[in-house]
Amino acid sequence: MCLAIPGKVLEISESSGLRTGRVNFGGIVSQACLDYVPGVEVGDYVIVHVGFAISKVDREEAERTYQALESMGMLEGELPPATAEDPEKLS
Amino acid sequence: MKYIDEYRDERIAHGLAAEIRQLITRPCVLMEICGGQTHTIMRYGLDELLPKEVELVHGPGCPVCVTPLETIDKAIELAVRPDVTLVSYGDMLRVPGSSSDLFRAKANGSDVRVVYSPLEALKIARSSPNRKVVFLAIGFETTAPANAMAVWQAHRESLTNFYMLASHVLVPPAIRLLLRSADNRVQGFIAPGHVCTVMGCQQYEELVSEFQVPIVVGGFEPVDLLEAILMLVRQLEQGQAKLENQYVRSVTRLGNVPAQEMLEKVFEVTDQKWRGIGLIPLSGLRLRPEFSQHDAEKIFGMAEIHVEEPIECISAQVLKGLKKPTDCSAFGTRCTPESPLGAPMVSAEGACAAYYRYRRHKALV
Repeated sequence: MCLAIPGKVLEISESSGLRTGRVNFGGIVSQACLDYVPGVEVGDYVIVHVGFAISKVDREEAERTYQALESMGMLEGELPPATAEDPEKLS
Repeated sequence: MKYIDEYRDERIAHGLAAEIRQLITRPCVLMEICGGQTHTIMRYGLDELLPKEVELVHGPGCPVCVTPLETIDKAIELAVRPDVTLVSYGDMLRVPGSSSDLFRAKANGSDVRVVYSPLEALKIARSSPNRKVVFLAIGFETTAPANAMAVWQAHRESLTNFYMLASHVLVPPAIRLLLRSADNRVQGFIAPGHVCTVMGCQQYEELVSEFQVPIVVGGFEPVDLLEAILMLVRQLEQGQAKLENQYVRSVTRLGNVPAQEMLEKVFEVTDQKWRGIGLIPLSGLRLRPEFSQHDAEKIFGMAEIHVEEPIECISAQVLKGLKKPTDCSAFGTRCTPESPLGAPMVSAEGACAAYYRYRRHKALV
């Protein structure tokens, strides 16, 4: 549960008073709280831990880390079940 | 994928290992704190790539592993109440308490649910106003700001049915304890990259000057870890003790300030028991008094309990870097991920689980 997974911010809105992003993690789209990364905008890549973005990273770093985690089989249990909402890959 | 190649390129990895081999003149014991790093080391066999002079021992950086037995027992006690919905991260369900686990409570009809984020626990509380929703919140400094935000939000929304049973742990006091103990063997530390992403690496400057011990903040890729090991070996060989940051692409000196501010608003530092290690002064976080209406232990009037660890489990020595998982007589036989004796075999980040996954065939022959 301590992993931090990179994803791309697709959309930013407000949810229950929190700045919330729809974030694409290699095809799985999930919500993440963006309150701890106030400068982040749509199109940016963030590292997300238990539903909270904790830092902004560049795209190459995001793709590299995601694939490394995937190949180590470490993503299981870290993301909500896949939704077919957005099949777009990280890029 | 040029960037992936760059961080996992075998030639670069072998090059770094060769550089370490060339540099090293005497044995050294290094500890990686974080369980995620332990997994990378095992997965890629980095320990086998290194010269025999470098001994890697694995630290206590697995939040599931160090959650006290008492907290698990309390969570089970709450879960079996008919008015409670107990919510936690998936790994926590199979962690053995003193006589049962949350998974068994769930199988017996208790309302136990798994979430990926504390905000989902809040959602459950919002949509089930007649249930008392208890979030079993564990974690190091990486996770604590997320847990803090859940309480902050519940408070802001006047969600009176959301409670937290918390077990938060802090890395620097654990390093201090290891360095002060008489049987310490560790001569250099790889500090956890994501904890430092939140807290900044400045926290570790004090430890370096207090104990004259080299600390390098490291990432999670094979090349990250080999580079961090090289930086530590170089310092040791040159008789230096500095704080260095290998994981510059994520870690800054000051860290994530908004996250730290939320931690400060919601939690205060307190003494904390670590499973397998014992009480470490000022190594945990508890809710500030103004949030006591969300504090499960206070609201449900839970008494202090004390539970003994199973005798056969050597996780205490494993978490302190004194023993390897394969030194345990129960490893891979009476203790497996399916039927664990101790938490390091349960969590994906636990050292015993890492050895089981990548080294058990070697260990059992």
